[in-house]
Amino acid sequence: MEKEKTQEKEIQSLTEVTVRFAGDSGDGMQLSGSQFTETTAIVGNDLSTLPDFPAEIRAPAGSLAGVSGFQLHFSSSDIQTPGDSPDVLVAMNPAALKVNLKDLKPNATIIANSNAFDAKNLKLALYDTNPLEDGSLAGYNVIPVPLTQLTMTALQDLDLSVKEKDKCKNFFALGIMYWIYNRPIDVTSKWIESKFARKPLILEANKRALQAGYNYGETTEIFTTRYEIKPARLPKGIYRNVSGNEAVALGFVAASLKSGLNLFLGSYPITPASEILQELSKYKDFGVITFQAEDEIAGIASAIGASFAGSLAVTTTSGPGLSLKTEAIGLAVMTELPLVIVDVQRGGPSTGLPTKTEQADLLQALYGRHGEAPIIVLSAQSPADCYFMSVEACRLAIKYMTPVLLLTDGYLAFGSEPLRIPEFKDLPEIPVNFRKDAEGFHPYLRDENLARPWAIPGTPGLEHRIGGLEKKDIYGNISYDPENHQVMVNKRKEKIEKAQQDVPDIIVEGDQQGELLVLGWGSTYGAIKEAINHVKAQGYQVSQAHIKYIHPFPKNLGDVLRKFKKILLPELNMGQMATVIRSTFLIDVIQFNKVQGQPLKVSEVENKIKEVLGGQNGN
Amino acid sequence: MEIKVDELAGVKYTAKDFASDVDVKWCPGCGDYSILAQVQRSSPDFGERKENIVWVSGIGCSSRFPYYMNTYGFHGIHGRAGAIATGVKLANPKLQVWVATGDGDMLSIGGNHFIHLCRKNIDVKVIMFNNRIYGLTKGQYSPTSEKGKVTKSSPFGTVDFPFNAVKLATGAGATFVARSFDRDPKHLQDMINRAAKHHGAAFIEVYQNCPIFNDGAFSLLTEKETKPDNVIVLEHGKPLVFGANKEKGIKLDGLNPVVIDLSDGKNSVNDCWIHDEFDDNPTRVFLLARFSDIPNFPVPIGVFRQFSKPTYDKDYVQQISDIQAKKGAGTYEKLMYTTNIWEVR
Repeated sequence: MEKEKTQEKEIQSLTEVTVRFAGDSGDGMQLSGSQFTETTAIVGNDLSTLPDFPAEIRAPAGSLAGVSGFQLHFSSSDIQTPGDSPDVLVAMNPAALKVNLKDLKPNATIIANSNAFDAKNLKLALYDTNPLEDGSLAGYNVIPVPLTQLTMTALQDLDLSVKEKDKCKNFFALGIMYWIYNRPIDVTSKWIESKFARKPLILEANKRALQAGYNYGETTEIFTTRYEIKPARLPKGIYRNVSGNEAVALGFVAASLKSGLNLFLGSYPITPASEILQELSKYKDFGVITFQAEDEIAGIASAIGASFAGSLAVTTTSGPGLSLKTEAIGLAVMTELPLVIVDVQRGGPSTGLPTKTEQADLLQALYGRHGEAPIIVLSAQSPADCYFMSVEACRLAIKYMTPVLLLTDGYLAFGSEPLRIPEFKDLPEIPVNFRKDAEGFHPYLRDENLARPWAIPGTPGLEHRIGGLEKKDIYGNISYDPENHQVMVNKRKEKIEKAQQDVPDIIVEGDQQGELLVLGWGSTYGAIKEAINHVKAQGYQVSQAHIKYIHPFPKNLGDVLRKFKKILLPELNMGQMATVIRSTFLIDVIQFNKVQGQPLKVSEVENKIKEVLGGQNGN
Repeated sequence: MEIKVDELAGVKYTAKDFASDVDVKWCPGCGDYSILAQVQRSSPDFGERKENIVWVSGIGCSSRFPYYMNTYGFHGIHGRAGAIATGVKLANPKLQVWVATGDGDMLSIGGNHFIHLCRKNIDVKVIMFNNRIYGLTKGQYSPTSEKGKVTKSSPFGTVDFPFNAVKLATGAGATFVARSFDRDPKHLQDMINRAAKHHGAAFIEVYQNCPIFNDGAFSLLTEKETKPDNVIVLEHGKPLVFGANKEKGIKLDGLNPVVIDLSDGKNSVNDCWIHDEFDDNPTRVFLLARFSDIPNFPVPIGVFRQFSKPTYDKDYVQQISDIQAKKGAGTYEKLMYTTNIWEVR
């Protein structure tokens, strides 16, 4: 019976789709989005997600300020970004429609909860007339669905309050989306079962709403077409979906296993970095210590103490927290202890745009300390890459006995994509050699990498004192000697420069020389890559290079840059990497800067490339 | 990685074993010398191998302390000793961790870390050198300077009220709270030894003379002639009596302490408040701590309070081992594959 009905409806094959769920911040849009993501991942599509939510936890219901969104781009081929413009918008109320309409593709589908388009909500969204009825959405494929009413009906015999039933409507909407995109509901069903195991009525209600939504798609005449997006042909392997924050946490635990060191996180909750703390706090079975400190400073100070005592010590934060940790990073530079600092960049300055993304902490990461205080600075280019760079940050911190700062951002932190899980043996080795031998020991001796010995408390015969005062070369006692200060400043600098031997050469994707190189760093990789793919398809010759190791830079970076006539450098700040490139290599770059709290759009980069090339595609 | 810590098996130390080879560079006559000497004399009795002892400090004259101890030492940044020490202790709970700090370092810039260390009852022992002045920055008032104090940064006298460190530590939840003097070596050694044996956040306030910027701040309490009438020594189970001939006592009249004359025939030692340092209820500790703020009351020294409460570090280790017992130790496979995964062939 069901089958026959399905067969009545057309199944259309697509290569890629971008959907956006939008509603009140209390409507469960992040949940719907992440469930759709999980299911889509298991179906085997490549995907990339972008949650976009307000800083207020629950802004007034129905207001424009309270709209929360979750965007998902999925495809049967390799994709890099969450997509510029949605093909489908699920709008739970008028405010969600109003906020998101401008982003939609022409002819996009809008599935709107028609029950929510009442006088009160229309007024809150500053609509004079109902857009579902006034013809203003003529260019779109509008599907009004009485989601609230349908959910209520599906749950009418359950002994729950109206409010509790109303909360299930996001699952009804999700059910419809599963039907439209031909995906199974069981991944989400199982999730509901485990999530609400202790609340059987809520469990039943959510499951029923999900199923009812799916059946609604199946039976109603409104939906005439289902879509199919075949699994992507990704490299062989076992995959899981990860957000950037999750990946950073996993990387730290993996580095702990690889090094054999206990992981210690000293941290203070801050958006958008808190999930790393939350995630790591789950891993007690891995012996992970997560110390939720009294403030940002205590977060890093406790990590420095733990590093002194022999832990793999990390601290996680965002811009304002990085500012507070700055003095302590200098202490870790001076005491030459391994420490990883993660800065999940957000819109600044000050409290700025806490839930939005930006790349404007670069210069702070490189130079934001008093005194000559060089450290290793790394960045991650995608959510899955956060995993590898977090392992790498730990490895370099230990090898060179230095703080390493890993830059991610809100876009990477909350965005997600499939991670091809590497085998343990394929992760880099992280050897740890605690000094044991008292013979000839001095705290500031140096090995071939200029790293000093890691001599931890509890080791007989190696009792020593270190601190923030300048050290006597080799011996580590306090020294105010002018020449010695110069020697130590030089050595700390040389040590970080030495780490360049561990930095892989930068790869140029495309021609190795030519008219234009688009250079980027951090989370802009995907947008740049897709933009280049687009312009190449139009006959333009453009190459791409992306920096992940920011300090020290890859050895070949200068040579690479000199092989191109023009270098375009898009970044989500006012030109910070441009400044660094110019001052390091005396090479000019064409800046493309955007500071709106939003990631780069593919189309923006594409247009800029065309502008730079003056419409000359070489043909 | 299990960090191995050997038991103290047959090792006998003397005070000298705890002296590092660094020249001590405090000003001549500084009270810090005495504190260092008492710590070094007490250390052999801690029952810990010296490689298992870590001294952590912040910034200030007092915070040079770790350099002079032949143990592991970490000279931190201003105010953060409590947080650094917490990290050391959590990373390896088998270590005995001490903090040397001052009134400015711990109660001003480090105030937040101090109260949270106390609240969490982290097994760290804090010795706060209180000279009621900023010494290393050459003579500005501190958070324990008395109201009206004229200093380089308060030429017309301060208008702020000082912290009472004992009250603060007690209120924040420290499980061992004591006070002593630099000028009373025996008593100070006793306090240090008792703090060493305590498990949990331990706090010793040491009134310490700064001969350069606040000379004589405590002379009323330390000079032979005036000490008996101005200091009361707290001892568990003993009545609160003071004076050269123990002729004065403290009686509790409801919640009001009253000084009584034991020689006038009207009052006897049986009327006196009996000190109970294990009192569950902190109310009496606050009453005792207040003595130093009341004119004509003797300043108490000794252990105000000590009690047993689970420590953060022990509970944390316990939680980890409970979860490991239940779930088994973590492996890479568990880490990466215990979630929704799929295979691309």
